Amino acid sequence: MLVGDDMNLSEKNMKMDRRGFLSNLLKGAACIVTVASLPRLALAAWNEKAFKAETLEGALSSKYPGLEFVDSSAIKLKAPAIAENGAVVPVGVKTDLPDVKTISLFVEKNPSPLAATFHLTPINVADVSIRIRMGETSNLIAVVESGGKLHRVQQEVKVTIGGCGG
Amino acid sequence: MKIKAKVKKDITKVKMLIKHDMETGRRKDQDGNIIPGLYITEVSASHNDQPVFYAEVGQAVSKDPYMAFSFKGGAAGDKISITWVDSSGATETGEAAIK
Repeated sequence: MLVGDDMNLSEKNMKMDRRGFLSNLLKGAACIVTVASLPRLALAAWNEKAFKAETLEGALSSKYPGLEFVDSSAIKLKAPAIAENGAVVPVGVKTDLPDVKTISLFVEKNPSPLAATFHLTPINVADVSIRIRMGETSNLIAVVESGGKLHRVQQEVKVTIGGCGG
Repeated sequence: MKIKAKVKKDITKVKMLIKHDMETGRRKDQDGNIIPGLYITEVSASHNDQPVFYAEVGQAVSKDPYMAFSFKGGAAGDKISITWVDSSGATETGEAAIK
């Protein structure tokens, strides 16, 4: 990181502390510190366009523009065939593909299909799990970005009670 | 936030359970008013202050998110630190030692 960035960061941290102090006053013992600007946590920023896309195609193309998809048997997608409660569907993705950059999960029929993107580095083992919501019975699609290619696998999950409920 | 990290055969598996409502912005309260969306957008983790994990997440992640990831290396006693930020900019950091 550049020195200039470091200075910016420490400036931000100072601001955060001041704001944090105020918000702690407001929130009493709450340990959550609210800041006005969204702190950037890591290398990539939140892909708002992909997360707000309302169709699977829209989400896929915003997330991975210009790349082609290959159906792959090298990805193990672990999800229940029938999910009784769509509010909590456990999903796991594992692969032996080399040089995995990202793993994304899409739920075709959710109002916003992109559920999560995991960014991996060479020290990671491509093995992630998460619990997601599914509004209704739908295909669940896992995309693994490896070696400049997109590998995808999908599975249908039947949902008895939807999880986006209102 | 609950964090569990265990090393086995040179691979450290980290599991986290974050307390957060993950409001989608689609739910309604008793009076039929829409409850505004408020959900975690980013989660990152570090091992002895070196980044080892980063995830972007959306409304489709369940309430009180559970996530797990693995990385090579790590030894018992090493520090794992996890930070999340939500759509309002609120953030929380939790720490645990590898077992």
